Amino acid sequence: MHLVYAAVLAALLFCVGLYGVLARRNAILVLMSVELMLNAVNLNLVAFDVWLRDTLHAGQALTLFTIAIAAAEIGIGLAIVLLVYRNRGTADIDRLRDLRDDAPDTDTDTERADREEKAEAAA
Amino acid sequence: MTGTATLAAQANGFLSPSGVEVAFLLVGLVTLGAAVVTVTTKQLVHAALWLVAALGGLAVEYLLLTAEFIAWVQVLIYVGSVVVLLLFGLMLTKAPIGRSPDADSAHRWPALGVAVAAAAALVWVVVDAFRTTWIDLDGAPQGTTKVSGEILFRHWVLPFEALSVLLLAALVGAIVLSRRKNEER
Repeated sequence: MHLVYAAVLAALLFCVGLYGVLARRNAILVLMSVELMLNAVNLNLVAFDVWLRDTLHAGQALTLFTIAIAAAEIGIGLAIVLLVYRNRGTADIDRLRDLRDDAPDTDTDTERADREEKAEAAA
Repeated sequence: MTGTATLAAQANGFLSPSGVEVAFLLVGLVTLGAAVVTVTTKQLVHAALWLVAALGGLAVEYLLLTAEFIAWVQVLIYVGSVVVLLLFGLMLTKAPIGRSPDADSAHRWPALGVAVAAAAALVWVVVDAFRTTWIDLDGAPQGTTKVSGEILFRHWVLPFEALSVLLLAALVGAIVLSRRKNEER
């Protein structure tokens, strides 16, 4: 089989995932696009492992490790997204801009005092 | 360069693709289409379901590449658990059923430009580098379950164990993150 087919498919899938990460607003859809990118890398690893006939099967072992790490990543990522949703009431990443450098001062004083209280309670 | 290309083409039949190649191309088209729909559809739940199609198509590609064990792990982990987790996440964040007009952010066109540029560069480089390379799928399969298991537990035991520690840490981290802190005080 031609190696180019697998390599081109992996490159295109990666770029589709890249578009999704850049263009989507909902944090969970961004996580889905990250999964697409990871899968593109996996396809590359398997194709090159089969092509090289690696005696250590490094490509396939690394693919299994990538799948496990992706599972861990999706678990932690979803926990973080749910935490953000519970605290802010939105999973829209365009509206989570507290760390922006020139953030406009939109918080009222009571809200900020409330948040500081919560932070102290958590600490 | 062209000389070697012609030689390789003569040896492998450039214009008469084998059955595996035809199957790989067709499944690849379906996979790519499902992936594109996943990142462009306005219905959030449909995106998760199209992701199932894309990941299942990739499992078929692994089977065609004789990586049998990887294919079943792909089906079990991705289609079985990751997509279910994503659907749970969509439900718990109260994702709207039906079309949501704000699924894409305002900078969609720059994102499309970046993606198309990256695709053009990657495809150009990859095609230029590997156009005379053939995978030999005949002979002993590279990724049977027996071979994968033996290799994994003989040469890759230490990374495997480190990975189990990582999974445990992720489990504990997810529990700590999602525990409600206010109720216990």
